[in-house]
Amino acid sequence: MLMLRCPNCGVTADETELAPGGEAHIARAATGSDDAAFEAYMFGRENPKGVHFERWRHAMGCGKWFHAARCTVTMQVFGTYPAQTLSPPDDLLEKIDAARPGWRWRDLGAGHRHTHDHHDEER
Amino acid sequence: MSDLRRAHGYVELAEVAPGGMVLLRAAPDTDGLAEAVAGVGGELPGRLRISSGDVQVAWMAPDELLILTPDAHGATVELGRLLEGRHHLALDVSDLRARFTLRGARVREVLAKLAPVDMAPAAMPPGAFRRTRLAQIPAALWLSGETTAHAICFRSVADYAFATLATVSREGGEIGLF
Repeated sequence: MLMLRCPNCGVTADETELAPGGEAHIARAATGSDDAAFEAYMFGRENPKGVHFERWRHAMGCGKWFHAARCTVTMQVFGTYPAQTLSPPDDLLEKIDAARPGWRWRDLGAGHRHTHDHHDEER
Repeated sequence: MSDLRRAHGYVELAEVAPGGMVLLRAAPDTDGLAEAVAGVGGELPGRLRISSGDVQVAWMAPDELLILTPDAHGATVELGRLLEGRHHLALDVSDLRARFTLRGARVREVLAKLAPVDMAPAAMPPGAFRRTRLAQIPAALWLSGETTAHAICFRSVADYAFATLATVSREGGEIGLF
C-alpha cells in the first residue's frame, strides 16, 4: 500500500484517497515545435525500474495536486513536494542520491550531475 | 434539527437536516480573513480542525473553509461585504451536502471500517476534521465528543452513505477496536 504525505494539507493519505496524475515535470512542446518534439511530449513517458517522479491529486481529501518521488521497485517514498515547481527540490534529490546512488531519471540523477557514475545500475 | 432517517445498530445512525453551509475560498493570508469569519460568528480553525460553537468552521483545504451556520444566506452576504475588494469566493452551498450523526461508544470503530483514516483517539481527537472517503465516496468526518461523530458527503450519494454506514454498524458487527 502506497501512502503519500500531501504537502498541501499535511495528511498522510492512503493510495485509495489519491488519484494518480501520471509522470511529473512534462514540459509542453511549444508552438512551432517539430513532430518529434510533439510526439515526445504527448507519448514519450518514462517507465523506470527504480526512482520515479509522479503527479498525484489528493482527490478525496483537500483536492489539490502535488508531486511525489518514489521507487517503483520497493515502493519506498523519497518525498512529496508542491505542484507549483518545474523540478524536484535539491534536498529531495540529495535524499535520493543517498538512498539510490547512481540513479537516473530523464535529465536528473547521477548521469548528469556526476560525470563518471553512469555505469552504476539501479540495483 | 429533525432526523431524516435513522438506523439502530451498535451505534445510533441518523441522517439529519444539513443546516446552512457556506463555502469560503480565499488564500490563507488574505487580509482580514479571520475578522471576516469572526464577523459571521465563527472562529478560524487550525489546519485539519473544525471550530466549535453555534457557527462551526471546518478547514477543508489550505484555501477553503466550510462554515456551518443556521443563517447561510446572511453569512454569505456578510462575508462578501467584509471581504470586498479581496480575491475570495463566498457561496451558499446549503443544498450541496447531506449530514449524518453517529452516537455510541463505538463510533470510531464504525468510521474506521469505511475510511482509510487512523481513528485512534490520539490521531483523531474531537475537533479534528478529516476529508477522506467513506467506502467509495468522498466524505468529511469529525468527532464532537468521544461518543458523537459527524459525517458530511454530497447529497447525490447520501443514500449510499446512509446504507453503507447502516450496514457496517449492524448489531453483531462489533470488532472491539479503540
